[in-house]
Amino acid sequence: MSITGHRLRLMALLLAGALSTALAGCAADISTPAAPSAGASSPLSGEITVFAAASLKTTFTQLAQDFEAKNPGTKVNLSFAGSSDLVTQISQGAPADVFASADTKNMTKLADAQLVEGTAVNFATNILEIAVPPGNPASISSFADLAKPGVKVVTCASQVPCGAATEAVEKASGTTLSPVSEESSVTDVLGKVTSQEADAGLVYVTDIKGAGSKVKGIPFPESDKAVNTYPIAAVGTSKKKELAAAFIAMVTGDDGRKILADAGFGTP
Amino acid sequence: MSFEFQASLAARNFHMSLNLSDGETVAILGPNGAGKSTLLGVIAGLLRPDSGKATMGGATNGNSNRTLFNLDGGTRLWSPPHLRGTALLAQDALLFPHLNALDNVAFGPRSAGASKRAARETAQHWLTEVEALPLAGRKPAQLSGGQAQRVAVARALAAEPELLLLDEPMAALDIHAAPLLRRVLKRVLQDRKAIIVTHDVLDAYMLADRVIVVESGSIAEEGPTRRVLERPRSHFAAGLAGLNLVTGTLTSEGITTPDGRVFAGRHDPEWSPLPGQAGVAAFPPSSVSVFPGEVHGSPRNSFPVVITDLEPHGDQIRVRARSGASEQALSADITPAASADLGLVPGMDVRFVVKSALVSVYPS
Amino acid sequence: MKRIGSSYHGIPSWVFVIAGVGGLLVVLPLVAMLAKVNWPQFIPLITSESSLAALGLSLRTSAASTVLCIVLGVPLALVLARGEFPGQRLLRAFVLLPLVLPPVVGGIALLYTFGRQGLLGKPLEAAGIQIAFSTTAVVLAQTFVALPFLVVSLEGALRSAGNKYEAVAATLGARPTTVLRRVTLPLVLPGLASGAVLSFARSLGEFGATLTFAGSLEGVTRTLPLEIYLQRETDADAAVALSLVLVAVAVAVVGLSYGNRQRNKPVEVQP
Repeated sequence: MSITGHRLRLMALLLAGALSTALAGCAADISTPAAPSAGASSPLSGEITVFAAASLKTTFTQLAQDFEAKNPGTKVNLSFAGSSDLVTQISQGAPADVFASADTKNMTKLADAQLVEGTAVNFATNILEIAVPPGNPASISSFADLAKPGVKVVTCASQVPCGAATEAVEKASGTTLSPVSEESSVTDVLGKVTSQEADAGLVYVTDIKGAGSKVKGIPFPESDKAVNTYPIAAVGTSKKKELAAAFIAMVTGDDGRKILADAGFGTP
Repeated sequence: MSFEFQASLAARNFHMSLNLSDGETVAILGPNGAGKSTLLGVIAGLLRPDSGKATMGGATNGNSNRTLFNLDGGTRLWSPPHLRGTALLAQDALLFPHLNALDNVAFGPRSAGASKRAARETAQHWLTEVEALPLAGRKPAQLSGGQAQRVAVARALAAEPELLLLDEPMAALDIHAAPLLRRVLKRVLQDRKAIIVTHDVLDAYMLADRVIVVESGSIAEEGPTRRVLERPRSHFAAGLAGLNLVTGTLTSEGITTPDGRVFAGRHDPEWSPLPGQAGVAAFPPSSVSVFPGEVHGSPRNSFPVVITDLEPHGDQIRVRARSGASEQALSADITPAASADLGLVPGMDVRFVVKSALVSVYPS
Repeated sequence: MKRIGSSYHGIPSWVFVIAGVGGLLVVLPLVAMLAKVNWPQFIPLITSESSLAALGLSLRTSAASTVLCIVLGVPLALVLARGEFPGQRLLRAFVLLPLVLPPVVGGIALLYTFGRQGLLGKPLEAAGIQIAFSTTAVVLAQTFVALPFLVVSLEGALRSAGNKYEAVAATLGARPTTVLRRVTLPLVLPGLASGAVLSFARSLGEFGATLTFAGSLEGVTRTLPLEIYLQRETDADAAVALSLVLVAVAVAVVGLSYGNRQRNKPVEVQP
């Protein structure tokens, strides 16, 4: 009796697993043709998926809400990750309709793969700023201060956009840093500063704004040597071009500008 | 007295006290769960009793007494196993599998601080002593059960224990290996303080000077081996000796059981019974005959019984039966032919008749 | 297909099908990765300065944390398997926690312990010892996640070995330390070895706790997994090539351990 019960439960479990896999496959197939036909002059409706760089999380969440509020019947799905991760995912067939990158390099990569619809539009800029723990224990006031002996600086690795920007500033200012760690994301740099492991870190202005009172930002003039530009574009394989275009228009329009500026982004 | 021991462990219903003289080997007999292994565990220091005291006397070399443990009178003295001088030999040889036979035997001397060479020399001596020197280089996995147990004996002796504890050393061996080990043990236990737990009456006869029968955690009977096995007072010892044992009250001609049956038998010649004293009647199953149905009148030593089971016993059939209200278990040995003639089956009512000349009666 | 004299296995045939799917789930991604390797560039990719630095660092730190796991894990396993004390089950649960904890959580916990502002980090910093951003931090993070593997493996070996041999050794006059050295440890050596190998493999693959706690600097804290993660940003070929190296090392280590266990099977007793 108990053996039979056991076996049944096992079978049920296996069956459930197999079914859910099959269903997931179906769902992906039928969702696309279910989209409203393009070219209709009726009000916008349907769902789009926006892939955006991690640094756009706050602003794009706000923008998506505003977009849905202005266009009832629409839904914006957001997916945030590192820009290069997102490019990899889209290249591998991830169902994205809009891509907002934290740098032009990754947008170019996507365009080279013939996956960009039309041309990308630059909608924001971002510059580096020095992040220090609230008390500024190492008394940092300029970019050159970061090279002082004994100061624990954390930067991004040169392979990632913020690290490339850091390198550009170093070159332009003639100050060479010896960081104690070269992280692979801005979040990791910020984490080392908020936990006070590091005396200072180089991150984007918007990251410091987003971190609130946990870190203090120190602007420095050399930062304009490495201005990071954020491009946005519809993805070539998107079946909802109209909705995608409308979302891009909102990001690049006045509403978008305001939200982005509030978060610390500059205007291209 | 060279070794004195007394301990109680309530959780195992264990209450025992015993003494050993120098050079004395005592056999502990008793049914499973009677507390035999508990006794050895407490002596060896592997099991802590609630209360009690044990001392090892140094009478031979003039040293003062050594206390193994003393948990009485507020003291909490507890000497760890490695300082007790009580090597334990278990049912399984438990040779260290990563060491060869020689290094297994050398383990005790090495632990006592001997050099590797000296320890190996000692080990060779003891391996010779147990007739296992040719096995010196073998790993335990390459030894048979009997060989491994002999090496284990050598290992225990090489540790020069003051008291050797043997926990059914023959139980796991096949019948071909046991005689050699028994012979070896007889030689090495001569003039040695040892306690051997056994199920086998032959071990008790061959190896022990004295027998202690334990039942449900306490000592039921003790005395010289021969006396206990020939004149058992406990049912367990009688069972080991292969004797029927009936308890009752002594009379001039034998004993009377609580339910009024009379077993006539022979008293010790040098002893005159005190009427009313508690006593036992012991007789071998071969002295019992089986008759069918009712026997008229009431001849002496004749009792109605109910057969409980039948089993082969040598070339005889052993008939087990229960007798009377007290349900005393009795056995009779008869020939298979007689059993067939009588048509014996379990549950059958028959009569046991005991030859009074073969019944020994003595006080319990 | 059937071998003559093979014994009855009693496994229903549908089990083989599902087992096959399970096996594929593990093997297929590895095959897919193999297919992506840029073979002509493979050797230059894995012998680049940063790759070699990462590989060397990974091997060194994993070896160090394996030693640390043995030094700390053997007593822990002994206490858990043999000891009897209040809170034993609780201690075991806590020791095993890193097995189920996301490594990032481990990293955060380590940060608040050994970081500059941490529980132990503050007094250590006052004493002139800095752990954050050092190779020591990497070793600590790896030990934290790898220790349970050694403890679990060794505790199992200790429990199945039982304490009969130890009891006999003690009655033969061996002090507890002698028993541990000459009886207990040799008896559980196979368990200890496989535990150490697993710890090494786990240390080698450690990523999350290291990233969170130790940082990432070439030659100091950037181990192979961190290097792969970083290379992926720009040079997918290098990331795949290094992943393959890591897989190869892991396969070698696990294979070594498995082979060991096969060899240590008990010998048939000769009568």
